[in-house]
Amino acid sequence: MDRIPILRMGRFLLVTIQVDMHDRLALALQDDLTSCIVRYGAKGVLIDISSLEIVDSFMGRTIGNIAGMSRILDAETVVVGMRPAVAITLVELGLSLPGVRTALTVERGIGLLRGSLEGTIDGDNAQ
Amino acid sequence: MADEKSRIPGIVRQHEREILDQWVRSQLSAVTRRADLLNEDVLREDSRSFLAAFTEALQHGTTGTDGKEWNEVRALLERLSRSRAQKGFSPAETATFVFSLKEPLFAKLREKYTGDPAVLAEETWGMSALLDKLGLLTTEIFQKSREEVISRQQQEMLELSTPVVSLWDGIVALPLIGTLDSARTQVVMETLLQRIVEKEAAIAIIDITGVPTVDTLVAQHLLKAVAAARLMGADCIISGIRPQIAQTIVHLGVTLGEVTTKATLADAFGLALSRTGLKVVRASASA
Repeated sequence: MDRIPILRMGRFLLVTIQVDMHDRLALALQDDLTSCIVRYGAKGVLIDISSLEIVDSFMGRTIGNIAGMSRILDAETVVVGMRPAVAITLVELGLSLPGVRTALTVERGIGLLRGSLEGTIDGDNAQ
Repeated sequence: MADEKSRIPGIVRQHEREILDQWVRSQLSAVTRRADLLNEDVLREDSRSFLAAFTEALQHGTTGTDGKEWNEVRALLERLSRSRAQKGFSPAETATFVFSLKEPLFAKLREKYTGDPAVLAEETWGMSALLDKLGLLTTEIFQKSREEVISRQQQEMLELSTPVVSLWDGIVALPLIGTLDSARTQVVMETLLQRIVEKEAAIAIIDITGVPTVDTLVAQHLLKAVAAARLMGADCIISGIRPQIAQTIVHLGVTLGEVTTKATLADAFGLALSRTGLKVVRASASA
């Protein structure tokens, strides 16, 4: 079965969704990501969905869930690169993903994660 | 009647010039004539080309106007009707162009069939029905061209009323003017999000100075736009809230949630600058 690769970058995890997500893929990602956060002690997760064109309520909920789970595991989640059409769809579906941080580009997303780590012990280790 | 060879085509062809003269004269003296919009030469030329096409089409049949022999007549009327609609004629004035042909035509028929009232009545009726159809065609086309104008203007208004302006690096503003309905919100949201992507804007200011009223529905639409912008990673500030609108919002119990609101666009811009780490300073101390 296909899997979405999770890249490790220092204390952050980078997930780039480049295929059309289907439900099982989303659930697999949820499993992999939570175990990766624990295994690597990641402090931040960056999910790039700039290639994602179609999103349904299940996908929206899964993204929200992943963010919630990461937060419990003490990792900040930033969703970057959401397309206008996807954003409109999610809002119309009533899923405005409260608690998920968002950024326009990967660069800004990393900036956000770095910013939230500053001043903590992890922040010093991340360099 | 239809099977019988009508003499009208022959009569019209024979007296084309005479009929044309009378027709133009009656149009020139008609109360519906718009001398300010159409000069005599154009009127004469229009009439001449229409009558020529009409005469030609008559040779092929006097019953309907749907056949391909009438294509030229219909095309001509369409052109004429469109151009008059654009010049500002009313539908009645445009249709009179065709209807006024009846008078000289019937006069000619009366002259020719003077000894045969039954045939005269029948021929007159046939011609009348034919010209009525053509007259209605002009009205129909007139209406259609007006509707095209209206729908085009609607579209233009929709596009015109939602400009997204770039205020600074990474700061865009959307000055909203007019009432927000669902269709407009959709367009507003789409253009805003599109521009956020294009400009890589971190902050979007939605200015509602030009929105006359804010009710629960409008507020909901605004919040949707804000939520969508946030999902893309841009912060939204709503500005230009007038005192009455602030009162209405509170009275209606609308909660704007965590959205930052400012009274003026200037305030919002200031906040946006400080959020992006910029500051406006005086160029020199003495100024």
